[in-house]
Amino acid sequence: MGALALKILREPINLALFRRPLGQVYIIPERCKECGFCWSFCPMDVLERSDQFNPNGYRYPRVKPGKENDCINCKMCSLICPELAIYTVEVS
Amino acid sequence: MTQVVKAQRHPRDRLLRSERLPHIWCPGCGIGIVMAAYADAIEASGIPPEKHVCISGIGCTGRVSGYMHLDSFHTTHGRAIAFATGLSLVRPDLEVTVISGDGDICTIGGNHLIHAARRNVDINVIMVNNFNYGMTGGQHGGTTPLGAKTYTSPYGNFENPFNIPYLVAAAGASFVARWTTLHVRQLINAIKRMMSVEGFAFIEVISPCPPTFGEFNNFPEALDMMEYFRKHSVVDHNADLSKIDIRLQGEPLVVGNFVDRRRPSYQELIQETIRRASGRGEGI
Repeated sequence: MGALALKILREPINLALFRRPLGQVYIIPERCKECGFCWSFCPMDVLERSDQFNPNGYRYPRVKPGKENDCINCKMCSLICPELAIYTVEVS
Repeated sequence: MTQVVKAQRHPRDRLLRSERLPHIWCPGCGIGIVMAAYADAIEASGIPPEKHVCISGIGCTGRVSGYMHLDSFHTTHGRAIAFATGLSLVRPDLEVTVISGDGDICTIGGNHLIHAARRNVDINVIMVNNFNYGMTGGQHGGTTPLGAKTYTSPYGNFENPFNIPYLVAAAGASFVARWTTLHVRQLINAIKRMMSVEGFAFIEVISPCPPTFGEFNNFPEALDMMEYFRKHSVVDHNADLSKIDIRLQGEPLVVGNFVDRRRPSYQELIQETIRRASGRGEGI
């Protein structure tokens, strides 16, 4: 019984059945206040501060060069943004 | 995906008055996170938005009722729970939620909080705790940690603060939780849970307040405080509530859904009394 349970527990994940989602980042630049939460807490480290200013003088985020295909649509930036200025949508 | 795409509307805007955004809160303030989490929880609760009412008092967090696209009520200072109690008694079909700050709910309206928890009134209370009176410029209050510096305690606060989950649980609330603005998914689940609880449901949300509290207490940016939450938060649903004081000195910041129990609510007891009193020859 123990051996059977061990066998079931140790069955490897079939990675071919799982697909890594790809996300597209959308921002509303006018709402951003440059608090830095999105680029600090992005688990894939996709975002960074841009050099573009919005009308209120805050620099809103952009995707890091070279990380264009790294967003996995975990929605962390959308949840952590106090301004509701950023969200992601899964690209099919 | 190549770069960010600029948009005009946010998918989480549905329950917000998006024409009023960007809101007035400071960069890095956690109230926006709590407001969006509340909106998400309403959508996930299965109760139509027409049945939800948002009530808030005075202060930074009191502005939430103005941004929610719900029936909302901006009440006098400290009395949000009193108004909510009245509303939930008259209209028991509504899901009444109070969102307000620590100064409003715990310090100025402290007695309303204790007695609503004692009566187990069927309302939900989300208290955003930023450890000071933010809107009026950063005075210390009933939740300011011992030794913390504010405008009115420049040599360090010498008053012991409330341990609010312990207080509310001892007073008799059905549901007591504490989360930080970093634990957004857990916060949404906790708000959703408290909407289904019969009785007094209370969540304390620890939030950064960079310009009026963090500046004097080694958290000059909101990010510093969020990093503090990330490093020191410990999720413990069965924590000993008497030992979960917040001192912001590097001790574990215990978060979790501490209390979830079934107790008869105020509304149920009132209905039972009415039934007994109006019955034929029995009861009163």
